[in-house]
Amino acid sequence: MTQDSLITPAMQQALGSVVATEVADVERGAIRRFAEAIEDPNPLYVDESAAHASGYRDVIAPPTFFRSLRTATPSMPDEAKAPRLLDGGSAWEYFEPVCAGDHITLVTTVESLTERAGRLGKMLFIVYTTEYSNQDGRPVAVQRNTIIRY
Amino acid sequence: MADQPYFEIVQVGDKFTPLEKHPTTRQLVKYAGVSGDFYEIHYDLEFARSTGLDGLIIHGALKNAFLAQAVTDWMGPTGKLKKISAQYRGMDVPGDTLTIHGEVTEKWSVDGENLVRCALRLESGKGEQTTTGEAVVSLPSQ
Repeated sequence: MTQDSLITPAMQQALGSVVATEVADVERGAIRRFAEAIEDPNPLYVDESAAHASGYRDVIAPPTFFRSLRTATPSMPDEAKAPRLLDGGSAWEYFEPVCAGDHITLVTTVESLTERAGRLGKMLFIVYTTEYSNQDGRPVAVQRNTIIRY
Repeated sequence: MADQPYFEIVQVGDKFTPLEKHPTTRQLVKYAGVSGDFYEIHYDLEFARSTGLDGLIIHGALKNAFLAQAVTDWMGPTGKLKKISAQYRGMDVPGDTLTIHGEVTEKWSVDGENLVRCALRLESGKGEQTTTGEAVVSLPSQ
């Protein structure tokens, strides 16, 4: 690591650690507002009878709805060294459907930290992994999200 | 939404009906509200420029939602989304028309589940491929 690296010892310490744990209720109204905001008219998100016809116990959460359950972008120590951020991408895996009325626990860990030179100067690539589990303790989804700080 | 595709009927090389999205600054504000991502680069032009950007940009996660909509439209009411990824390779701006394309690249069965892999790409109005991704879907059998 060079002296002017964006990666500080405190950041290195955070690697592998849990940076956020949150709990959230999946509300029918929140699903509807999310579907409206992304302008996705899929009836499974708003129409209980359509959801039942597809075998779900209630309206389901859209695939990227889980982003809305957290209260803030996960943070890192010393992140003020690179105050600006961009979202680099996400990879999601789903294990079982999430319906209105579910109670979800989110646990976010720092999976990796790398530094690269980019168009906007030196950039820090942080991969956060968020595991989502339901009220029965079963995993429902996992998201690997790359955040770019510069 | 399209009819229900069945595993036996779907073939490698099948393409989705392209999905067109017309994001506006208003939609970015709505998305900020529901996602909790209030970073100003998505609705405050002066702030966006101060960070080195040319102007407002669309939330990457909103583009991820557009890719997901293209897949869930295609897979029908009883298809199940198992995986989806999105890599943001270029920035997109409100006021543009974005088109999401999908194509079946692989199909296989494992543990009684019929799976299909799809390549996804989002193109800007200029035809630039600004977001790419992949999805794995479980489809019903006839």
